[in-house]
Amino acid sequence: MAELLRPYRALLASRLRAQLAYRRSFAMDLVGAAGIGVLELAEVLVIFSSISVLGELDLAGALLLFSFAGIGFSTADMVVGHVDSLPRYLRTGTLDAFLLRPLPVLAQLITSDLQLRRLGRTAVAVVVLVVALSMNTIAWSPALVALAVLTPVFSAVIFAALFVCAAGVQFWLVEGGEFANAFTYGGNYAASYPTSIFTLPMRVLFTFVVPAAFTAYLPTLVLLGHSGPAWTPAVLGWFAPVAAAGIWTVALLGWRAGLRHYTGAGS
Amino acid sequence: MTEPIISATDLSRDFVVHTGRGLRRRRSVTRAVADLAFTIEAGAAVGYIGANGAGKSTTIKMLTGILVPTSGRVRTCGLDPHRHRRELARRIGVVFGQRSQLWWDLPLSESYRALAAIHRLGPQALRARRDTLVERLDLGDFLETPVRQLSLGQRIRGEIAAALLHSPDLLILDEPTIGLDVLSKERLRQFLLEERATSDTTLLLTTHDMDDVQRLTDRIIVVDHGRMAYDGTLAGLVRRVGADRVIVVDLEENAAPLDDVAGTRLLGVEADGLRQRLAFTPGSTTAAAVLAQVSARASVRDLTIEEPDIEDVVRRLYASGA
Amino acid sequence: MSALAVYAGLGWRRWSAYRSAAAAGAFTNSVFGLIKAAITMGAIGAAGGTLAGYDALTGATYAWLAQALIGPVNVFTWTELAERIRTGDIAIDLARPIDPQAGYLAADLGRAAFQLLPRGAPPLLVGALVTGLALPAEALPYLLGLVSVTLAVVVSFACRWLMNLAAFWLLELRGVTTLYLVASNLLCGLVVPVHWFPPWLATIAAWTPFPAMLQHPIDIIMGRADGPEAFILLGEQVAWAIGLLVIGRVVFEVGARKVVVQGG
Repeated sequence: MAELLRPYRALLASRLRAQLAYRRSFAMDLVGAAGIGVLELAEVLVIFSSISVLGELDLAGALLLFSFAGIGFSTADMVVGHVDSLPRYLRTGTLDAFLLRPLPVLAQLITSDLQLRRLGRTAVAVVVLVVALSMNTIAWSPALVALAVLTPVFSAVIFAALFVCAAGVQFWLVEGGEFANAFTYGGNYAASYPTSIFTLPMRVLFTFVVPAAFTAYLPTLVLLGHSGPAWTPAVLGWFAPVAAAGIWTVALLGWRAGLRHYTGAGS
Repeated sequence: MTEPIISATDLSRDFVVHTGRGLRRRRSVTRAVADLAFTIEAGAAVGYIGANGAGKSTTIKMLTGILVPTSGRVRTCGLDPHRHRRELARRIGVVFGQRSQLWWDLPLSESYRALAAIHRLGPQALRARRDTLVERLDLGDFLETPVRQLSLGQRIRGEIAAALLHSPDLLILDEPTIGLDVLSKERLRQFLLEERATSDTTLLLTTHDMDDVQRLTDRIIVVDHGRMAYDGTLAGLVRRVGADRVIVVDLEENAAPLDDVAGTRLLGVEADGLRQRLAFTPGSTTAAAVLAQVSARASVRDLTIEEPDIEDVVRRLYASGA
Repeated sequence: MSALAVYAGLGWRRWSAYRSAAAAGAFTNSVFGLIKAAITMGAIGAAGGTLAGYDALTGATYAWLAQALIGPVNVFTWTELAERIRTGDIAIDLARPIDPQAGYLAADLGRAAFQLLPRGAPPLLVGALVTGLALPAEALPYLLGLVSVTLAVVVSFACRWLMNLAAFWLLELRGVTTLYLVASNLLCGLVVPVHWFPPWLATIAAWTPFPAMLQHPIDIIMGRADGPEAFILLGEQVAWAIGLLVIGRVVFEVGARKVVVQGG
């Protein structure tokens, strides 16, 4: 296993060294990324400055929800966020270089440009999570502890799959990046608020098609003991791994088809 | 027993092109490569020549597994390139002169470490191979400089070392000398000659540079609109299209225009007849015969022979085929 | 003047070449509009039906108008000038017999004019179908709105111009552009209307040019600010536009002198 992963370790290590080489600009980038996290937080806080409950969540619940989505999205963005600039990789011939190396292309693409600076945004979300956990009264049980720990992880896994879907689409659509943003960044936007405020078609879209609700909203309902709206009951909060498996299946099939299209093997 | 390192049979590749917008959008199919058939034996050095858009890159992509043929068959190193792309990648090295495979923000030494891991070279194997390449390509001075700060000549040498790091059986160079100055070109050719002499790496190279073809290859394949136009030696091609060679003679003293040397055509007289340029077709006469005739009339101080330009030869070949 | 018209035409044509990009952008703006309208209406519903003068319908209209205008006004980033400063191509602009700031402004107005319909109409259309729109019935708000949107483009351009000039002194601009993005998106009223801000944040916003990029034109188009109020907002926009353009000229002079004297 260690031997199998050696190429990726070397690739990642070289990326990290390159990013840390310019400390001052890296620090600026970290601050910038944290700024984006603060911006998203500000939106929630401004909304709750004039109301006390949104969906069935109060500020404490909304912050918990926000932190799950934030940690998940920023982690996914850090690890695989660059894959949605696939057209650039195609234009510069980088993808051809990947095809000429004895490793899977997607694995090379992911390890080619891990963006450490996005940790700034993750840091904001982690601070919010700590604050939110102390603000909420949760009837902790071993199962709920496991849920709270695993939710950010599966949140990241689901958002990562959305990014890979976005990359796959761009083998066909040159402007696919912009379209795909609607589902990656849009998915994050939708995930950061209680899904219950959406109309039924949008709720179904962001639960069963783009599984954004599984990244934060549904697990938050379980943790806080809410029942959830019709069609998307709280019990779904336990099924984030299933949603992750589903969206990754779609993502990998799409990627495979896209690569086959690119190499002319038909699609 | 010994299978050729590359064999292509009836190799074709179509591309779908969309033109126009909206309702007037039309779909048409262009054939980039048509019914190519050739084999290359292990250890050969082959120049792959053609005008821009003749199908060179498409062919290379099919040979390396980046692109699947629309029809026909290709085998590289005994493998189906697309199906066994990753296995093939361990046995070939590819350099695209105008595209970088190095990490632009990292020094060469880092890139080589990463590539060694990718190709699973052990630390000792890496060090031995790297040291050889660094020495022979003279990379020592800029091994720790980020790639984006290198000159084109330095970068290409770095690229070639990267492609040879895992000691491939087949080295494919796509326009390796494009944009290089005379000195860098010469240095690169010298290295490639040495490399071929010391290992039996097979070389396939596309180029626009006649000197590359002449110095580095012993066989050329010319494609025109995706079709095979010529396969053989350079001399054979020059003979076939009847491309002229030019003898430039510098004389000791002014002489009358040498416009009646048998088998030649006077192209120009410079410096009051001190320098004269005579064109002749190889096959109808030889450089030695021309020189003998000229020497009979005036004492020759110096002479140079200009080889036909590859573009010109290819153009003539295309024209003769049409 | 005719040279500037040519620049504006070039700006239009350059962007009209990217039709599919405009379509993709409009699609994304519309999807974000759906989410934003839902959040806005949800918040207004939670507040008991009205929030800072917005009811569900006017709240949704605000969200859709914001999505329609962010493309043309461009509250995001633009680094073309910084790129030219870094590469030294700015010297070419300096050598042209046209004022660089005026030339770039003209091109940006051309871009905005092109984007107004393809980027603006789809979100409004989706909004009209999904939530309905509360728009005034008389013509005046739209006429004033057009003036206000034009001024918003000028203010936005003047800010982006200043931000790009940082490239004269900084090697890496990504940190600066990200912070600008954060400040402009929040304070222009894109994430939530400025009228929802708690007083301290509203005060900060009032001291920046950002509300003049989005909140003001939307207030004028929706008729929230009418009569003298609309003209006060327009006056504020004019003041920001002139002030920022003048500062931009001065800073550009200083930076350009640095290039001329030190050779970059």
